[in-house]
Parts: sequence; C-alpha cells; structure tokens
Amino acid sequence: MVTQYIFYIFAALLIFSASMVITVRNPVHAALFLVLAFFSSAAVWLILEAEFLAIVLILVYVGAVMVLFLFVVMMLDINFVPLREGFARYLPVGIVIAVLMVVAMGTVFTSVYFSGAQMNVVTPTATDVDNAKELGKLMFTEYLYPFEIAGAILLVAIVAAISLTLRKGRSKKSQNPAEQVSVKRKDRVRLVKMNSEKKSG
Amino acid sequence: MITLGQVLLLAAILFCISVAGIFINRKNVIILLMCIELMLLSVNMNFIAFSHFLHDMNGQVFVFFILTVAAAESAIGLAILVVLFRNRNTINVEELSSLKG
Repeated sequence: MVTQYIFYIFAALLIFSASMVITVRNPVHAALFLVLAFFSSAAVWLILEAEFLAIVLILVYVGAVMVLFLFVVMMLDINFVPLREGFARYLPVGIVIAVLMVVAMGTVFTSVYFSGAQMNVVTPTATDVDNAKELGKLMFTEYLYPFEIAGAILLVAIVAAISLTLRKGRSKKSQNPAEQVSVKRKDRVRLVKMNSEKKSG
Repeated sequence: MITLGQVLLLAAILFCISVAGIFINRKNVIILLMCIELMLLSVNMNFIAFSHFLHDMNGQVFVFFILTVAAAESAIGLAILVVLFRNRNTINVEELSSLKG
C-alpha cells in the first residue's frame, strides 16, 4: 500500500517536472526540471525493481548528459526572446494533440488486457537475487555482441563530438614532416653584420 | 498494488507531454533535444514496466542499450548545436532554411 502511494507521489512529480520542462521561459530552468524528471523516474524504476538501471539513469543522465546540456545552454550566448515567438499560438494545438494521444493510449492501457488479473500477478523476487548480477549475466552472454556494438557507438559519438567542435586554426597544433625535412639553411638562419661596440669609459 | 496499466499510463502521459513540447517549442533546438530525451525516458519506462510484470530481464538489457544510444545522440546533437551557433549565431529553427527543404 505504501509502495503505491510512493509511486503516485513520484508519478505526479514526474508529470509536473516534465510539463515544466516544456513551458518554462529560461532553458537553464528547463534543464534543471529535466534533472528532477530523471530523478523521479529513477525512483519509479526502483519501485519496479530495476535498481541497476535506476542508478545508471542518475549517474549517466543526471551526472553526464544533463551537465552537458547545462554547459551548452550556459556557454552559448543565445537570445531566447525570439525563440519564444509563436508559443501562445502553438500552445492550443499542442495541448489538443497531447490530450487526444493520452486518451487514445489510456483507453488501451486501462483495458482489461493490461489491467486484468492475468497480467498483474507479481511474485516478489527473492531477496538474494541481485538485479545487477542478473543483468550482467544476460549482457555478457546472450547480448555480448550488441554490448560491443554499444561500446563502438559510444566511441563514434566521442570522435564525432570532438571533431565537430574542434576549432580550426588557433587551437589546432599539427606538424608537417615533409616541410620540416625539406627546410633549407637560408630559411632558418639569418646572419647579421654589426660593428663591435666600443667599450665606454 | 501498482498495476501494469498505471505504469503504462504514466509513460504515455510523459510521451504526450514531450510531443506537446515539440509542438509548442518548435523554434528552440535545445528544448527540442530535451523533449527527445523525455520521449526516450517514457519508452524506457514501458520496457521496465513490462520487464517487471512479465519477469523477463531482457527488457532491462534493451533499456541499457537505449540509454547508450540516447547518450550518444544527445552528445552529437549538442555538438552540432554548438557548431551551428558558431556559424550562424542563432539556433532558431525557422532561420535554418539554407537547404531550401
């Protein structure tokens, strides 16, 4: 019973913070509300016994991705006033479409196929079953090949992000070996003739 | 007792909020990226709900992969956003019409 109330509290918090993300004026506030949304959904995932993924959501998303968002929002000097134009114009359309989709999906999800008794017999998992261990067993046996592909995707993302944002010119330091080898003496050495100084005094 | 329908309804509401966010913030690329993150979050919640109620760990493995791809996607998206702002000095979607699409 207590679990149910905790679920309702975090679900309400999740919906509130998600709707604040799309409506607040300041993108920094939107990013912070997105952090709140990730926290509350991590709590919902904990209730659903996905402990490892809840921790990963907080560490990877709140710790890395959202900090990246905040960095970009704060470092770029963006004038957000023209970006708010048309907000009031598109608001009714957005609300109508969202409500229609919620009603359509809700009629399916509250039907007997998803809320009926046969879907909801949850036997609580034994206390000695480790969620992370089970996930790891599955990931390193059956899903080993997709796991390696995921690593390759992350590597590609690193390379792409760095090569996209690398500034040409000032910060790019490289050497041309052909130029270095073919350098002549006259390119580098300049002999200067000058008279010797007379010792004063 | 939480039922499967309740969790699915929560994920559906989250998904629809982010669809509405894409509609009403269609000029601001940063908010659009955040809405995509929220959509992926709601999809992950569906996977975890089914994984919990069907006692199948495979759903959680899929959530792990979706998280990986989403992190890569947002990193590249933000890098493109930085380059875009550096070149055009704006992130307004309406002004990015040089491809005449």
